[in-house]
Amino acid sequence: MELFVIFSPLVGAILAGFGWKIIGEKAALISATLLLFLACFVSWFLFIGFDGDLRIIEISKWMSSGSLEAYWAIRFDRLTAIMLIVVTTVSALVHLYSFGYMDHDPNWKHDESYKPRFFAYLSFFTFAMLMLVTSDNLLQMFFGWEGVGVASYLLIGFYYKKPTANSAAIKAFVVNRVGDFGFALGIFGIFYLTGSIQFSDVFLLAPGLVDQEISFLWTEWNAANLIAFLLFVGAMGKSAQLFLHTWLPDAMEGPTPVSALIHAATMVTAGVFLVCRMSPLMEFAPNAMAFITFIGATTAFFAATIGLVQNDIKRVIAYSTCSQLGYMFVAAGSGVYSAAMFHLFTHAFFKALLFLGAGSVIHAMHHEQDMRNYGGLRKKIPYTFVAMMIGTLAITGVGIPLTHYGFAGFLSKDAIIESAYAASVGGYSFWMLVISALFTSFYSWRLIFMTFYGKPRGDSHTHTSAHESPKVMIIPLAILSLGAIFSGMIWYKSFFGDHYSVNKFFGIEETEYHSQYNDDNHGSSDVKNEGLSNHSSFYMPSGAIYMAPDNHILDEAHHVPKWVKLSPFMAMLLGFILSYIFYIWRTDLPQKLAENQRPLYLFLLNKWYFDEVYEILFVRSAKFFGRLLWKKGDGTVIDGFIDNLSMVFIPLLTRLAGRAQSGYIFTYAFAMVLGIVVLITWMTLGTGS
Amino acid sequence: MDYFLLSIVTFIPAISALILLVVARGNDAAAALVAKRFALFATGVTFFVSLFIIAQFEPENTGFQMVEEAEWIMGLKYKLGIDGISVLFVILTTFMMPIVVWASWGIEVRVKEYMIAFLLLETLMLGVFMALDLVLFYLFFEAGLIPMFLIIGIWGGANRVYASFKFFLYTLLGSVLMLIAMVVMYAEAGTTDIESLMLHQFAFDDFNLFGFQILGGTQTLLFLAFFASFAVKMPMWPVHTWLPDAHVQAPTAGSVVLAAILLKMGGYGFLRFSLPMFPVGSYIMTDFILWLSVIAIVYTSLVALVQSDMKKLIAYSSVAHMGYVTIGIFAANQQGIDGAIFQMLSHGFISGALFLCVGVIYDRMHTREIEAYGGLVNRMPAYALIFMFFTMANVGLPGTSGFVGEFLTLVGIFKVNTWIALLATSGVVLSAAYALWLYRRVMMGDLIKEALRTIQDMSLRERAVFAPLVFMTLLLGVYPVLALDLIGPSVQSLIDNYNSALSIAGIDGNTIIASH
Repeated sequence: MELFVIFSPLVGAILAGFGWKIIGEKAALISATLLLFLACFVSWFLFIGFDGDLRIIEISKWMSSGSLEAYWAIRFDRLTAIMLIVVTTVSALVHLYSFGYMDHDPNWKHDESYKPRFFAYLSFFTFAMLMLVTSDNLLQMFFGWEGVGVASYLLIGFYYKKPTANSAAIKAFVVNRVGDFGFALGIFGIFYLTGSIQFSDVFLLAPGLVDQEISFLWTEWNAANLIAFLLFVGAMGKSAQLFLHTWLPDAMEGPTPVSALIHAATMVTAGVFLVCRMSPLMEFAPNAMAFITFIGATTAFFAATIGLVQNDIKRVIAYSTCSQLGYMFVAAGSGVYSAAMFHLFTHAFFKALLFLGAGSVIHAMHHEQDMRNYGGLRKKIPYTFVAMMIGTLAITGVGIPLTHYGFAGFLSKDAIIESAYAASVGGYSFWMLVISALFTSFYSWRLIFMTFYGKPRGDSHTHTSAHESPKVMIIPLAILSLGAIFSGMIWYKSFFGDHYSVNKFFGIEETEYHSQYNDDNHGSSDVKNEGLSNHSSFYMPSGAIYMAPDNHILDEAHHVPKWVKLSPFMAMLLGFILSYIFYIWRTDLPQKLAENQRPLYLFLLNKWYFDEVYEILFVRSAKFFGRLLWKKGDGTVIDGFIDNLSMVFIPLLTRLAGRAQSGYIFTYAFAMVLGIVVLITWMTLGTGS
Repeated sequence: MDYFLLSIVTFIPAISALILLVVARGNDAAAALVAKRFALFATGVTFFVSLFIIAQFEPENTGFQMVEEAEWIMGLKYKLGIDGISVLFVILTTFMMPIVVWASWGIEVRVKEYMIAFLLLETLMLGVFMALDLVLFYLFFEAGLIPMFLIIGIWGGANRVYASFKFFLYTLLGSVLMLIAMVVMYAEAGTTDIESLMLHQFAFDDFNLFGFQILGGTQTLLFLAFFASFAVKMPMWPVHTWLPDAHVQAPTAGSVVLAAILLKMGGYGFLRFSLPMFPVGSYIMTDFILWLSVIAIVYTSLVALVQSDMKKLIAYSSVAHMGYVTIGIFAANQQGIDGAIFQMLSHGFISGALFLCVGVIYDRMHTREIEAYGGLVNRMPAYALIFMFFTMANVGLPGTSGFVGEFLTLVGIFKVNTWIALLATSGVVLSAAYALWLYRRVMMGDLIKEALRTIQDMSLRERAVFAPLVFMTLLLGVYPVLALDLIGPSVQSLIDNYNSALSIAGIDGNTIIASH
C-alpha cells in the first residue's frame, strides 16, 4: 500500500506528460488527479491505522561501492505517516483546483496544450516529495530533495515565455543547490564517521559522535555539531531560511496552485522534516541546535517585517510562509520536534488554503495580483472571502486563551512559542516569535482588509466582471478550511499533549526516558564500537523522533507562566487592531507613515536589499571571474604560452611535411612512427645483446 | 582464449572500413547512403558481439580475462585482455559508435571517407582499452588521434586548422614524454607486458637531478611522464585549452566521440598505469593532482558561465566533470575510484548526448551562438524535453547517472581531504548555474527571432538516436549497481595492491582511512 501511495503519482505524471496524446488531454488529467485522490485516501487509511511501529519496506538496491550501500526503500513511521497525508491531501486538492484555475490561462494561445504538462509536473513533484519523506537513508532523501527542486524549477518557470519566470526558476534551483551543497557535505561526513548512510545505523551511532572530533577544513570540530550544521544548511536552502531565502518570494512567478502545493504546504517544509528526521543526531549537537533556533527566530522576524509592506498578494503570503517556517525551526531547534511537526501539519492546511484562496481572488480579478487594485471584494466572491477569513483566523492564531479550543494555528503556534520560552536562553527566540506573531496578524489582516473591504480600486472593468470561482476551486477551499479549523484541536494531544500521548503517537518507548545517559569518555579510535555497545542498551531509535533523556522542554513548555501563554494572543490582538486602524478606519495613515519613515519603508519594501547585495556579491562577481579566467587565464596566459611555443614549432614542422594545411597530420604520423621505430630498435638491441 | 572474442570485436570495424574502402564505389547520393548504412551495420554488429564480452565477463575475477596473446613482428607481443576497469569502456565505445554513425546521417561531403575514419577510430579506441602490451597500447593510443585529426581537419568548421594544430601540439608534448618513459620502463623491467609491469616494482629511492631532490625517484619521474600524456587527454587544467577549440571545430559526431570516449583514455591510463605501476610516484603527486582537479572544477565552471558558444560551454563543462574523475582516482579508495570510472561512463552518455543536442539545432540553423537562439521550446517540445533531461543529468541530478559518479567521487575524497571535497562540491552549484542559464537562453522565452519561426522539431531518426542514451542515463541512475558490481572487485584489488606497495615503501598512506 505504501508503494501504491508513492508510485501512483509517478504513473499519473507519466500519463499526463506522455499519455495524453494517446488517451486524450481530459482523460489524462482526470486519471492523474484520480490517482492522487486514491493515494490520498490510502495515506489517510495508513495514517489512522498506524500503530506507531517502524516498518521498513525494501524495494531494490541502489548503490553499492565498498562499504557504501544504499537501497531504494520505504521507512514508514509516524513522521512518514504525517508527511504522507500532508503531501497527498494538499496535492490531490491542488490537482482538483487546477482544473478550474488553469482553464483558459491567458498566458497561452488556444491551440497550446499546456495543461498536461502542468499536471505532469505537479504529479512528478508529488512523487519526488513522497520519495523524500519515505526514504530510509540519506541518499534517497537527497534524491527526493533534488527531485522536488527540479519540479519546483519546472513549475516556477512554467510560464516560460515570461523572462521573470525563467529567472525565478533558475534562482530557485541555484539557491537550493547552495543548500544542497551543505546537505551533500553532511552526507559525506556522516558516511565518513559512521560508515553508513542508512538511518537506522546512523541513529544508532549518533550518540558516539558527541565525543568525536573530525578534522574539517582548517581545524578540528565536534563531529555531531558539524554534521548537524551541514545538514541544516541543506534545510535552510529548501525551507528558505535567512540568507538562502531569496528564491522563495520570486518563486511566486509560478502558477498559484504551485505556490500552494510546493511553496507553502510541502516542499518548503522538507527542511523542517529533515531536522526532525535527524533528531537522534540533532539531540547530540547542542551548538547546531542553538544555531537552528537562532536562524529560525531571526527568519520568522525578518520575513514578517517584509510581509508588512508588500503589495503583491502572493508575495505577502510567501513572506508569511518564510516566517512560519522560522517558527517551525525554532521548535525543532528547541528540541520539541513534535511541536515543529505540529505546526508543519496545521500550516500545510491553512497556508494552502490562503494560497488557493488568493488564487481564487486572482482568478476572479483576471490575474491582477496587486492588492492596491483590489478592495471591496467580499460581496463579489463570498465563498473565497469566507475561506480566506478562516485561513487568516488560523494563521493569526485565533482561539480561546488558556484553553485548547481554537483555530489550527492557535494551537500549533502557541505550542512553539511556549516551547521557545521554555528553551530559550535570554529569551531571544521567544521575543522574536511574539513580535513576529504581532506582525503576522497585522499583515494577514491587512491582506484581508485591502482585498475584501473598502472601496474597489484600480481598473473598474476588472471589478465589475469579477466573479466567484467554479466549484472545482471552491471544494478544495472548503476541505482545507475544515483542516484549518479543526486539525489543531483534533491532534493537539498527539503532537503537544503530555508525555504519554506524544510518545504513543510517535511510537517512542516510554522506558527510554528513565534510563540514564551514561557518559563515559570514549577512546577516539574505536568510538563506533563502544558507542554501539554502550548506548544500545538504552538507546534504540524506536520512535519516529528522539528526545534525549535530559531534554525536558516539552514538559516545561506546558508549565510556562500564564503571561507567556497569553502573549501570542495579545500580540495577535494588537496586530489586528493596528491593521484595522490602518486599513479600515484611517486609511490615510499607511501613506503618511511610509513618508515619515521613508528609509525604513524602502528598506522593508526592498526586502532588506538582499537581492541587490547578492547580485553584486555572487552573480556579477562570478561572471566577472569567469570572463577574467577565460580571457586572461585561458586566452593570454595558457594559449599565449602555447602560441609562442608553436611559433618555434610550426615552421619547423611544416617544412618537414611540405603541405601547410594538413601537414601536421602527417608530421604527427611521422613522429609517431619514428617513436615506434626508436622503441623497437631499442628493444631488439636490448634483447639481442 | 575464448574464440578471440576481443580481437573479433576490436577488428570488425577496421575490416569493415577496409571493405568500404575497397568495395564501395561512386560519389553520388546512393553510394553515400550505402556507406552510411554499411557503417551503421558494422558498428551495430560490433556492439552486438561486444555484448558477449559482458556476458562472459566474471566480475569477481580480478585478473585479466579473455586474454589473447600472440607473437608479433620484431619480437613484439600482441596481447589483449580486459578486467573490471576496462570492460565498461569497451562497451561504452561499442555502444556509442552506432549512435554516432546514425547521428551523422546529414553528412554530405566525402561520406565514404568519413565513415572509414570513424570505423578505424573505433578499432583504435577499443585497442587502447584492451591492449596489455606497452607498445601495443602506445600504438593504439597515438594512432587513434590520426582519424580524429582527419575528422576535425576535413569535416570540421572554419577554424579547423588552428584547432587541430593546438590539439596536436598538446598531444605531441605528452606523447614524447610517455614514449621516453616507456623506453625507461623497458630498460628497467625488461618487458613490455603490462601484467608483468604491474607486478614490477620500479625504483623509488630519492635522488638528485640537476640540483633538485626528486622524492620517489624514478617512479615520480615515470609518473610525471605518463601524467603529461594523460593530463592532456583528460584534459586537466591548465592543459585543457585545446578541448574547447577542438570541440567547436569538430563536426557533431567528432565532438561526441571526443567527449564520450577519447577523453576517457586519460582516466583509464591513470588507472592502468599510474596507480598500479608507480604507486609511490602517484602517492607523492596526489596533492598536486587533487589541487589541479579542483582548480579545474571551479575555474572551468566559472569560464563556462560566460561562454557565448554552446559547444564551448559544454566543452568547459566536460573539463569540470573530468575534474571529478581525477579527484576520485587519486582519492585512491573504493568509492573514489568506483565513482571515477562510473563518472567517465556516465559522462560518455551525457556529454555525448549534449553535443548531439547542439548538433540537432546546428544542423538546422548552422550556428552555435547562444544569442542566435531563444524560445525554441515553443516549436520544438520534444527537443526541449530531451535537452532538459540531459541538462539535468549534466548537473548531476539524483536518479540520473550523472549523480552517482559525482557522489561517489566526493564521498571518496571527503575521507582524504575535506578542502578538496568542499571546493569540488561547490561545483554542483556552479554547474547548475551555467547549465540552466544556457538552457534558458536557448530554449525559453518567446520565439521572436525571425529565422527560427519555421524551425522543425526533431525527426523520428533524431529521436531514435537519443533513445538509447536516455535509457542508459536513467538505468544507470536508478540502478547503478549494474555497473558498480562489474568494476568493484577489480578496483578493490587495485587499491589493495596500491596500499600494499605503499606500505612496502614505508608509507602508511591512505590505508587506515581507506579501510572504511
